[in-house]
Amino acid sequence: MATLPSTRPRNRRLVSRNTVAGWSFILPNFVGFAVLTLLPVLVLFYVAFTNWNVFGAAEWTGTANFRRMWDDASFWTALRNTVYYTVFHIPLTLAASLGLALLLNRKLRGVRFFRTVAFFPYITSIVAIAVVWNQLFSPEYGPINALLGAVGVDNAPGWTTSSTWSMPAVIIVGTWRYMGYYMLLFLAGLQTIPAQLYEAAETDGATPWQRFVHVTLPGLRHTTFFVTVLLTIESFKVFDLILVMTGGGPGQSTLVLSQYIYQKSFEENQFGYASAVSIVLFAICFSITVIQFMVNKRRNS
Amino acid sequence: MTTTDLAAPAPAITVPGSGRPPSRRVASRGWRLVGYAALVLAAAGLLLPFYWMVVASLKTNSDVFTIPITWLPDPVVWRNYLDIWQRSDMTTWLGNTLLLSMVVTLLQVVTGSFAAYGFARVRFPGRNALFLAYVGTIAVPWQSYMIPQFILMSKLQLSNTLWSIVAIQAFGAFGVFLMKQFYETIPEELSESARVDGLSEFGIYRRIMLPLSRPALASLALLTFVTTWNDYLGPLIYLRSPELRTIQLGLNTFISQYNAEYALIMTGSVLSVLPVAVIFLLGQRYFIEGIATTGLKG
Repeated sequence: MATLPSTRPRNRRLVSRNTVAGWSFILPNFVGFAVLTLLPVLVLFYVAFTNWNVFGAAEWTGTANFRRMWDDASFWTALRNTVYYTVFHIPLTLAASLGLALLLNRKLRGVRFFRTVAFFPYITSIVAIAVVWNQLFSPEYGPINALLGAVGVDNAPGWTTSSTWSMPAVIIVGTWRYMGYYMLLFLAGLQTIPAQLYEAAETDGATPWQRFVHVTLPGLRHTTFFVTVLLTIESFKVFDLILVMTGGGPGQSTLVLSQYIYQKSFEENQFGYASAVSIVLFAICFSITVIQFMVNKRRNS
Repeated sequence: MTTTDLAAPAPAITVPGSGRPPSRRVASRGWRLVGYAALVLAAAGLLLPFYWMVVASLKTNSDVFTIPITWLPDPVVWRNYLDIWQRSDMTTWLGNTLLLSMVVTLLQVVTGSFAAYGFARVRFPGRNALFLAYVGTIAVPWQSYMIPQFILMSKLQLSNTLWSIVAIQAFGAFGVFLMKQFYETIPEELSESARVDGLSEFGIYRRIMLPLSRPALASLALLTFVTTWNDYLGPLIYLRSPELRTIQLGLNTFISQYNAEYALIMTGSVLSVLPVAVIFLLGQRYFIEGIATTGLKG
């Protein structure tokens, strides 16, 4: 901004004109956004400290909801299952999507077709995906166990009918669904790496593995970081896939945090308590994102 | 969350491996074969569920699960595709979903691109803080604030109406983000010279930015359409009456009602996926560019 006294009135007029223009562009979207997203996020922090149950007024109960959560075995099961899903889903998806991206970044025929195929699961609805995979996973007649039997696995897992194998089944489907999406992000990242770097590495006699470790991976650092952040949030909020595929079962073997929130609020009308669980979910996602950004910043400097 | 990390614009994808020198000819033949083998295997794994879906949808119910597995329908039961309309309320579900997807897409594209112009090109106090609020909520899972949002919608008398889905889907931060990313790649000088010529901000948006941003608008429209079409949780929470059901909700009730009708369930699934598949195949380029420029969705 110029500070000469003579230009100040004009500047001020420009600023106020820009403010009006700016807000009038943003307003139509902002009204909806503020009412439907910002406001609910703020209200959440109030409801979590009440015993609201749809009927009657919400009564302020302080930290009662959080103390109750501490002794709630189902809450801990849901949290544990969410972490279980996350711990496997993130590395598996990272490896699969990076592998696919590296494969597609080569001059092979049919790459374009394959990119379409890989992205397809991501745009297919959860309901259709869940019901197909449930048929594929069918313990006695499904093709997956038939394949396992063909390669000599004797007692093939019961997948979604067994409490030990239902979570692995969900993780497999989750990875299958999302790897094409992250593959696209990696592919975009790969193309920002200058070709000269590879040429230089090659003249220095670097093996393909060395090129991967010393050129590709450092060049992808930014993308990998971004993908990890997205994957973390996506994993912690996993819900609809599990809801349709296993309904949290058998027993509570695939019950996750989001589903627990849903059960407590929309099935049992305990909106206050469910909001407290929501805050935990929110806090986890938020703090992990912040930590990741801090670590990334330190590594960059 | 800082905007700088998110805002790094990724380049459009060109396939395959452009710019890579074709110099490794000696060792490459073996690697090529390995590469192709890997591609074929991965493609088979990715496609198997879709293959199963289509094949099972054309089988008689008792043929879906057999030992050994039959990989081709014999006889081919086209009848399933007639029966499904009588056995379920497909017409209503598809109609509702189509209506919702179109209204949401229209609103998202119009308000999103409008707001994005304000964020990208008009300088005013508080702009960056406001944009941070938008981007920040992308990191907040919807599941964590669905309860207060539901309370609010009930207070507004919107729950159990199709409007509730329009309301929760149409004003997302995603559209604003995608369009802003795109507008920032358009040279400032263009709007600067238009300003000198006396065009208002709205005029610049309409005459210059909109025509230039057609590809980005297409990306946003397609991504929004597909997201709304596929949404399961929103309708699950908000739409209670059977006549308001969307295709995802309807399909899921059909599945729990007729859980032993394996073939018909697959027929319904194919029908629910088909429109999205067609849209995707037609507008593939826009999907991929949209994802690459934002890297943000889902």
